[in-house]
Amino acid sequence: MTVRPPPRALQFAGALPARAKPRVHRANTRARLYLVLMILALASTALIVRALDLQVVRKDFYQEQGDARFLREMPIPVSRGTIFDRNGEPLAVSTPVESIWANPQQLLDQPDRLPELAAALGVDASSLQQKLEQHRDKEFVYLKRQLNPDAAAEILKLGIAGVSSQREYRRYYPSGEVLAHILGVTNVDDHGQEGLELSFDEWLAGTPGSERVIRDNKGHTVEDVELLREPKPGRDLTLSIDRRIQYLAYRELKSAIIEHHAMSGSMVVLDVQTGEVLAMVNQPSFNPNAHGGSDQSYRRNRAMTDVVEPGSTIKAFTISTALESGKWTLKSHVDTNPGSYQIGNWTIHDVHNHGLLDLTGVITKSSNIGAAKIAETLSRDSLYDMLRRFGFGESTGSGFPGESPGLLPIASAWGPVEKATIAYGYGLNVTPLQLAQAYAALANDGRMRAPTFVRDAHNPDNAIIDPEIAHTVVRMLETVVQPGGTAYPQAVVANYLVGGKTGTARMAHAGIYQNKYVSTFVGFVPASAPRLVGVVVIHDAQGRYYGGDVSAPVFARVMDGALRILDVPPDNVQHWFAGGPHVPVPAPAATEATNDDAAEEVP
Amino acid sequence: MKPLGVLVIVLLLAATVASAVGVVYARQQSRILFGELVRLTHERDDLNTEFGRLELEQATWAEPNRIEQVARGQLGMVSPGPADTVVVKR
Repeated sequence: MTVRPPPRALQFAGALPARAKPRVHRANTRARLYLVLMILALASTALIVRALDLQVVRKDFYQEQGDARFLREMPIPVSRGTIFDRNGEPLAVSTPVESIWANPQQLLDQPDRLPELAAALGVDASSLQQKLEQHRDKEFVYLKRQLNPDAAAEILKLGIAGVSSQREYRRYYPSGEVLAHILGVTNVDDHGQEGLELSFDEWLAGTPGSERVIRDNKGHTVEDVELLREPKPGRDLTLSIDRRIQYLAYRELKSAIIEHHAMSGSMVVLDVQTGEVLAMVNQPSFNPNAHGGSDQSYRRNRAMTDVVEPGSTIKAFTISTALESGKWTLKSHVDTNPGSYQIGNWTIHDVHNHGLLDLTGVITKSSNIGAAKIAETLSRDSLYDMLRRFGFGESTGSGFPGESPGLLPIASAWGPVEKATIAYGYGLNVTPLQLAQAYAALANDGRMRAPTFVRDAHNPDNAIIDPEIAHTVVRMLETVVQPGGTAYPQAVVANYLVGGKTGTARMAHAGIYQNKYVSTFVGFVPASAPRLVGVVVIHDAQGRYYGGDVSAPVFARVMDGALRILDVPPDNVQHWFAGGPHVPVPAPAATEATNDDAAEEVP
Repeated sequence: MKPLGVLVIVLLLAATVASAVGVVYARQQSRILFGELVRLTHERDDLNTEFGRLELEQATWAEPNRIEQVARGQLGMVSPGPADTVVVKR
């Protein structure tokens, strides 16, 4: 604060002549008076100038310097939005944790307290010392991150100057590895790194706010002054996943993988009418609550990032093309004698000789020769176009990071052999999700819907084939799960009509087919009014490897539970079948006789 | 005229002082209220975190794997077969 020149001095100066003696040194006195007055005037002018300088000209600078000594801008952390399943069960929750940090300079000034602090942190005293020395020129270093708030309070209670805590949020996944691939993970700074945590990062993250506070020299907040930026907490996200079905799929897939000593596997369950993903599981999986540690290959969402050759499951679309071309009807027959067929110098085999088959028989028995002979009569463009319409060779648009579009070679590159092999599912790559999406379209009157992970998402469908053709193919697929079909009785769900298709394909590694197989089953229930589509893909099952043996039972068990969970009425209430085995167990004898699903090799 | 002028000046002076006091008062009020706001915001955040923690705890207890183990193992429950199920037509 400046002091204004005291006016009293002027009055005093003015009063002087009255008290001075007359005559004596009169002129001299007057001169002195002026001198004093001038000095005083100069002094007061100097004060005023200085005051003006401080209060007006350089005000901002000084204000800032003053504020900087006690005002601080503090960030207000916000929590990440919770992820819920479709029924409001939390799947990913952020809870506050405390991170202990220190000012190394301040802490190094009190070496006698370091061992005490190291013990509280649970670290070695010398390594703590080393860490502080390394960051000597800094004012901030984390000592320990993401502690339980109670544990952090214990450390702060030691009252060591220069040690403080900072609130952070940590992500917890109560479902653990059951949902690990879909949800993905966040890093230590709460940013999404994989899965839906990454694709919806912006939605979930929120914006931290900031406030201005007055702090004392020990760093304690004395008073909150004003809010600079309103914190915006992350928004919640409701997924289409049903945790119960997800768990069922996880349990059944895992036990099948163990039972068949398989390498890996995936399962996808879609809601036919909405395109919502109800469950998606992969094996092997990882625990998202443990940071790092797990094998990178365990973290892949194989149902979307890995491709397989679909094998016989593609025959449904070959038949659709045949029906659409008008060259084939339900009554048409194709001769598959004698169980092998030569195209160029490439021979196609069926597991058994099926003789004369109608179109339904080609699906029921999964005849490679039948599919190849039918494809011979169709133009390659029509087959290519049909597969494209069903979404093969194109990303599903689910927005999942790292989703593979699969591979469908362009029609102009197909020779006669390629056309034949594609007709029974070799020479193209699809993701399990694409397969589920395509069968959902078949089951949904030929109307295609992109799969979505968000509940009640706006998800328009569009017609891709004539509903009549879709119905016909659905009826054909029902025969696969009836006596004589390749998935009977393994895919049977008691009291529900099931439609589906098995697939078995040899696995290729570095372009060479190996004696390893991909066992696939894709199906829908209840077939008379489909609600659910399920795809099961299992890699490298040991022993029996046919899709009907390995994957179909997983499908049946998951659907049995899912239909009950969703209260789906059976196809025919009058024929509620109360006896018999609850979950059909494949009899080895029947398996031997009915498994005609063909695994083939391409040149 | 002259007494009136003095009165006006006195009134203006009083008004100035009053408004000055008013400013101080309002400022103090705003600080108190802001402090209150911060306190309540913290309280809200704490309640939210507590809620999140409880939610997490609930979700952990309600984990299907655990429910299944308790139901099958400790309580000896089984899922009803078709024979024990009556389908009610809607």
